[in-house]
Amino acid sequence: MRYHFSLPALPHARPLCAAGLCLALLAGCGKDEAPKQVGGGAPVKGQRLMAQYQCAACHTIPEVPGPAGNAGPPLAQFGLRSYIAGGIPNTPDNLSRWLDNPQALKPGTTMPDLGVSPEEARHMAAYLLLLR
Amino acid sequence: MSAPLQSVLHPAGPDAAIIAHLSWVLFGGGAVIFVAVMALMVLSMRRDGRPVAARWWIAGAGIAFPVVVLTALLVWSTWRSAELSPQTSRGAMSIGVTAKMWWWEVRYHDPVSGREVVSANEIRIPAGRPVYLGLTSSDVIHSLWVPALNGKMDTVPGRVTGLTLHADKPGVYRGQCAEFCGEQHARMALHVIALAPDEFDRWLAKEAQPAAAPSSPLVERGRAAFLEQRCQSCHTIRGVASGARLGPDLTHVGGRLHIAAGTLRNHRGTLAGWIADPQAIKPGARMPAATDIDGDSLQALAAYLEQLK
Repeated sequence: MRYHFSLPALPHARPLCAAGLCLALLAGCGKDEAPKQVGGGAPVKGQRLMAQYQCAACHTIPEVPGPAGNAGPPLAQFGLRSYIAGGIPNTPDNLSRWLDNPQALKPGTTMPDLGVSPEEARHMAAYLLLLR
Repeated sequence: MSAPLQSVLHPAGPDAAIIAHLSWVLFGGGAVIFVAVMALMVLSMRRDGRPVAARWWIAGAGIAFPVVVLTALLVWSTWRSAELSPQTSRGAMSIGVTAKMWWWEVRYHDPVSGREVVSANEIRIPAGRPVYLGLTSSDVIHSLWVPALNGKMDTVPGRVTGLTLHADKPGVYRGQCAEFCGEQHARMALHVIALAPDEFDRWLAKEAQPAAAPSSPLVERGRAAFLEQRCQSCHTIRGVASGARLGPDLTHVGGRLHIAAGTLRNHRGTLAGWIADPQAIKPGARMPAATDIDGDSLQALAAYLEQLK
C-alpha cells in the first residue's frame, strides 16, 4: 500500500535540477501541507471498510478493489479536494459526518446512507484524506 | 453467511469428492512418473554406466509400462466415475436453471401451490440430499460450474441438460459460468446456498409469497419509483408487476447475498450504484442506466429493493 504525500524525488542530473525544482514547487501547491488528521481514524481500517462497503460500485478509488463505478465522482486525490459533494468544506469532521449520513448534509444527494457507524466513518475519512 | 472463494480443492459433496480424488491420484501419479524419468535421466549421464539395450526400453518403458499403468487407471477411474450421482430428476428435488447473458434464472417448484417460484443468481438447496438441476440457456451456450459441489455442465439453447448437486452440509458455494459467453462472461457468477432441510422448506414457502406491502413512506416512494422508472418492463415483482422475464425476478431480491450475478454484495449502496449506472459496473449488461432519476427517488428505490426479503 502506498500513500502519496511526499514531494517527487528531485532528479540528480544538473540540467534537470532547475526544471525539477520548478515542478516540485508547482506540485507543492497544496501537496506540501500535511494531510488532515482525523481524530480516532485509522486509514488502513478505512481502506478495508471502503472495500467492505463496496464504495467502488459508484466511485473509482485507487487501491480499493471493485468495479470502479461511474455513478459517483472518482475519489483519487480526494485529500486535496476543497469540497465534498460540490459545496461542503472538506474537513475531517464534515467528511466523517458525510460518510455517516450523506442526506443529513445534503438532502437529495444520490449517495445512500449505508449504515456506516460514526467510528467507521472516521476510519474511512482518515483514508480518503490521505489520497493525494 | 460468508461466501468463500470457489475451490476444487475443497469438495463439499460426494460427487466433488470423487472428482477431487481422481484429480489427486492423477496428479500424484504424474509426479511419481516425472520424478522417475528425471532420475533415469540423471543415471543416463553417469560415465561408468552400462547401456541398456534399445529393445528393453521399447518393450518395457514404451509398451509394458503404459499398458499396465493406463489399464489400471482406466479400470479404476471407470469404477470410481460409476459412483458419481446419476444425472436424473428421479428421486431428487428438481430446480430449473436458465442461463442468460449474463445471469442465471432459477425456478423452483412450490409444493404447496404447485406454481413456479422464480428467483435469480442464487440456487438454494437443502443440504444432505441430491438436487437435480434442469439446465438450459435462452441465448448462447453457457456452462454451470460449482467446483465445490460437482463438475461442469453446459447449458445449450433448445435443450435441457442435467446436473446433480449434493451438498453434505449447509454453506455457501460459489459457482460461475465456465463457457465463454460474451463480454461479461467473467461476471456471470452465482452462489449455491445449502440450507438445513427444514430451513429450506421455510425459505421456499416464504419465497413463494408475493412481495410484502410497503411498510414505510420511504419504501412506498421506492415502489412508486420502480413503476415510474418502468422497471417492470423487464423485472417482475410478484404482487406489484408481473409478466416481465427479460431481467431477474426481483420479488425477494433483498434476500439475496449478491446482485448482478455475484458481482456486488447486496445492500442499499450497491443497489443504488447499480441502478444509476450498470454499464460502468458490468459494461454490456442488458440493463440501461437510470439517467433521469433524482437522488431522493434513487435512494427510495434502493431502500425498497433492499427490504424485499
